Amino acid sequence: MNFDIDNLWVIQIGGVDIWITRTIFNTWIIMLVLIVFAVFVRVLLRRFQEVPRGFQNAVEAAVEVFDGFVLNNGGPRLMSMGTWFFTVFIFIFVSSISGAAGLRPPTADWATTFAFALVTFVLMQLAGFKYRKGGYLKSFFQPNPIFFPLNVIGELAKPVSLSFRLYGNVLSGLILMTLIYSIAPIFVRIGIPVVLHAYFDVIMGALQTYIFCILSLMFIREAAG
Amino acid sequence: MYDSFAIVIATAHIAAALALLNGVLTTIGDGNIAAKALESIARQPEAADEIRSTMFIGLAMAETSGIYGLLIAIIMLFANPLVNIYLQHIGG
Repeated sequence: MNFDIDNLWVIQIGGVDIWITRTIFNTWIIMLVLIVFAVFVRVLLRRFQEVPRGFQNAVEAAVEVFDGFVLNNGGPRLMSMGTWFFTVFIFIFVSSISGAAGLRPPTADWATTFAFALVTFVLMQLAGFKYRKGGYLKSFFQPNPIFFPLNVIGELAKPVSLSFRLYGNVLSGLILMTLIYSIAPIFVRIGIPVVLHAYFDVIMGALQTYIFCILSLMFIREAAG
Repeated sequence: MYDSFAIVIATAHIAAALALLNGVLTTIGDGNIAAKALESIARQPEAADEIRSTMFIGLAMAETSGIYGLLIAIIMLFANPLVNIYLQHIGG
């Protein structure tokens, strides 16, 4: 029974120790899978026709569904962020279901989820300054200048709660699966964990990925005013 | 010395159990949200998609406190800082 993030190698660059943890290694594996898939789609893109069929139909449907999702939740102004959120969606979803393939999900490490939440935070501030300019700064002093510290804390709490939500869900699934594997007798380990993996990794992973993206979009739209 | 260490460990486990107790209220809140969404969908089946997506956002928001409790319990059990402070205290 071990669900710690173990350290694989330590490499030294310029006298600084850089720890290659299991999270980083699994992130590389998932990046490799996604890049190979992207190259595969790019090669097939040359053979795409006017009337979609088969694989082309599936790819176009996925892109259209996600475009509609961004348009509904972010509005036409935030369509340029749709590409970024599509990438984030695919990465978080694949890393959640990688738990079913025996990897330790990279999202079960707070560093990964906080990195994504931090990007959302930066996009929030950029969107606020781009679309509302001075009005965005003034919104921190609403409804009264006394509320300024509370507004700042509320703003800083958004990326923290966003990252803890995803991290806690994935980590709880991982811990439960590890406990089940460690207490179950051998004959229970055949077949039954498939159902649990389907629930904890695929269904909860998809739901949490969807919630992460939709909440990020809502925060950005709220900042953009 | 070992008696006081046992007390520290036992208190950490009790604290973890207490932190998980907020799951009770979180689940009641989740149930309320789902029940209200179900009522609205039954009243207006044509708005089902919009209600469902709003319900998921509400569920995620309500679940946050439960997840905070879970993280506190995990920290209490596996990465408790107070145990290290205690070990330094009796060691030095």
